[in-house]
Amino acid sequence: MGESIKVKLVEMRGITKRFPGVLANDSVDFSVEPGEIHALLGENGSGKSTLMSILAGQYRPDGGVMLVKGKEISFRSPRDAIKSGIGMVHQHFKLVDNFTVTENIILGDDRTPFFCRLDSLSAKISRLGEEYGLTVDPGARIDQLSVGEKQRVEILKMLYRGSDLLVMDEPTAVLTPQESEELFANLKKFAAAGRSVVLITHKLNEVLSAADRVTVLRGGRTAAVLGREEITESKLARLMVGRDIDPVKNDSKDFAGETVLELQGVGAMKDVGRQGLRNITFSVKRGQIFGIAGVAGNGQKELAEAVTGLRWVHSGRIRINDKDITNLSPRVIADLGVSFVPEDRLGMGLVPGLGIVDNLILKRYRKAPVAGRYLIDYKKAGQEAERLVKEFDVKVADFRSPVSLLSGGNLQRLLLAREISENPSLIVVVYPVRGLDVGATEAVHSILLELRRKGTAILLVSEDLEEIIKLCDRVGVMYEGEIAGILPGGDIRPEEIGLLMMGSGISREGA
Amino acid sequence: MRRLSGFIYFEKRLNTPRASVFIITVLSVFLSLVLGGVFLSVTGHDPIEIYSKMFSGVFGSSFGLSETLVRAIPLMILGLGISVAFRMQLWNIGAEGQIYMGAFAASWVPLTFPHLPTYIMLPAMITAAMLAGGLWALIPAIPRAYLGVNEIITTLMLNYVAILWVEYLVFGPWRDPQGFNFPLSAPFPEAARLGSLGGSRVHGGILFALVIAVIIYIIINRTRWGYEIKVIGESEAAARYAGMDIRRNILLVMLLSGAICGLAGMSEVSGISGRLQHGVSPGYGYTAIIVAWLAKLNPFVIIVAAILFGGLQVGGYMVQSSGISAAVATMLQGAILFFVLGGEVFNRYRIRLGRREAP
Repeated sequence: MGESIKVKLVEMRGITKRFPGVLANDSVDFSVEPGEIHALLGENGSGKSTLMSILAGQYRPDGGVMLVKGKEISFRSPRDAIKSGIGMVHQHFKLVDNFTVTENIILGDDRTPFFCRLDSLSAKISRLGEEYGLTVDPGARIDQLSVGEKQRVEILKMLYRGSDLLVMDEPTAVLTPQESEELFANLKKFAAAGRSVVLITHKLNEVLSAADRVTVLRGGRTAAVLGREEITESKLARLMVGRDIDPVKNDSKDFAGETVLELQGVGAMKDVGRQGLRNITFSVKRGQIFGIAGVAGNGQKELAEAVTGLRWVHSGRIRINDKDITNLSPRVIADLGVSFVPEDRLGMGLVPGLGIVDNLILKRYRKAPVAGRYLIDYKKAGQEAERLVKEFDVKVADFRSPVSLLSGGNLQRLLLAREISENPSLIVVVYPVRGLDVGATEAVHSILLELRRKGTAILLVSEDLEEIIKLCDRVGVMYEGEIAGILPGGDIRPEEIGLLMMGSGISREGA
Repeated sequence: MRRLSGFIYFEKRLNTPRASVFIITVLSVFLSLVLGGVFLSVTGHDPIEIYSKMFSGVFGSSFGLSETLVRAIPLMILGLGISVAFRMQLWNIGAEGQIYMGAFAASWVPLTFPHLPTYIMLPAMITAAMLAGGLWALIPAIPRAYLGVNEIITTLMLNYVAILWVEYLVFGPWRDPQGFNFPLSAPFPEAARLGSLGGSRVHGGILFALVIAVIIYIIINRTRWGYEIKVIGESEAAARYAGMDIRRNILLVMLLSGAICGLAGMSEVSGISGRLQHGVSPGYGYTAIIVAWLAKLNPFVIIVAAILFGGLQVGGYMVQSSGISAAVATMLQGAILFFVLGGEVFNRYRIRLGRREAP
């Protein structure tokens, strides 16, 4: 009973939150001690983001009690949470790009006077940064900063407002391994200074290396709370998934046939006019999964768009089945048998405001049997949609209501259903399991492996090393728009990819 | 535990029930009438009396009804034209200019070839008006398609050019020498007049509106082109991904939108005035934006909404005898749009009365 004497920094008891059709949090208990790094571990959809959004004042719980420093509170808005010393650093930074660091930090802060002297505030921010090792130039504009620096600004913003508790939402998703290490060192400094950190994550190694305590959520409920000494990787994995995982895996049988996709010295620009791809050369064969690993933002998006005709290629050649498709239109490339499952599922791959039928004909609305010369045969389209939905096990209530109402897993199935039904000879798949739960992830993986068996060439862009190692026959690692190295699948060690992701190491191509 | 009740907060809706869209729209119209009523009583009038006068003026006589339809016809046609562009998120604010250019081109036909027979005259006027309106809309569409120039500003600015062009014609080269110096063109020959229905001023333009509504419905819901318009309007990224030609569609859709709006100009000069004159449209092109928006771009609802707004305008004139400016109608239109747009919040968010536990 010794523990209950110490006042907890934050305590959440029996938190319940319901969304239409989903019980996101089901009577969850969660607490944070002063001076600890507490990992909140769970699969996507386990309710960890909901729980932390409640803590940060973004949602109101349907049931349960919250205490901060022993006092019962109820937040009406994130502002209330910040006043109580709870600061959240979102995965997608909430910064104004053309403002300076100082301007972003004082923005929306109640203490900022109507007329203020920016230089004295900048000095204050500099001092705060030095104190915690978060060096960043207060006068720099946000769009000049690297991702790691932006994250520091977010943290500084919360420290400036006097947060005792930093809630970090999957902070390493956008960082290189090096930057992650630096971040964890800084977080340990806060903890040593008596502040606390909640680390929302689904990566086991982060929990092992940084956390003092871990709360595991599963299906919206608390699965376990473990102290540092009780943590082991296998235990966490079992708690998180709820069963021993027996994932599908590349059987490493060689299905590879003739070359389908071939890139030779391909170069392309980013959206903002900087070099996005440099001298990319590799090829993908029939029945082969070629993985593209790397920290997000190193040219993966540009590569996928170059191959599918959505991005202008200024140098090099791209061939599909020996036909030069460099800078042909997306429509022509799609008609040559290239399917594309983009990163942005809802908005690019699928049209959010349209229904299932309209979305399933996105690639065939001008081909028979769905289309005539001018008209679309919605009856045929509907029958086809019903068949695909059944075959790919998409759970839909209504074919007419907008697809934006579907869950992430169902969206991905719908998208895969459409793209695979085109019988592609190459399918480009970008971050296919991002945001999906374990079940949906396994489903997507087995679909990809099935395609591989059938002889489709697959270009898989992923930021998840486990996924890469599990599925790929060959792996290219991207760094700053270049292929830093190509590794054969089967015997890949994560450290090897990790080095290439940071831009060091040499190609083993041909070795 | 003390509880303070009556605290309001917003919660994002995951989807909007159709019934609530309907209720909110009706409620918006009602609230704008309430607001107008407050204004009327502050200025010393009895709002109930004024509203009932407006209502009986509009619906109580065949004259009121036919005048309502006369005003509703251009609103219908323009609202339909605008809706096509809005569907693709092309904000064509240029309907006012397109109706003027349509009126100009339609007038050119009988003024230049006064002896054509009706069966050539009317089709020629229709074609000329649609061509002129379409090309007028194409001017801002080209920089929009190729350079991304904001079409809201360019379409709006071209309105003034079109209006002034017609002014120039009726004050200058096209002025009727027998017109006692009024800014009017010579009257059209009988062959250039759209027939009217049963002795009222309601003219054949209403048939244009109904036919166009059906055509638009079919284009949007049945054709490949309509499908592309829907997809581009919802998500340009998805459209590019599916290999749709966005530029071509911007040009085509603006052309169609402008052509329909131009037709409204023909129906006005041919059906109502029988000549080109100063002030062809008293701002129909702007009111039609409200009509299209209020109808959520549904072509058949646009017909109904246009009649409502036509009635409002006629009602405004009806109460002028009570010493109230006809601008009351304009104010009510503005209020309706204001409340409808405000009501969007309730479509997207659920209002909750929460209990806040005292600290």
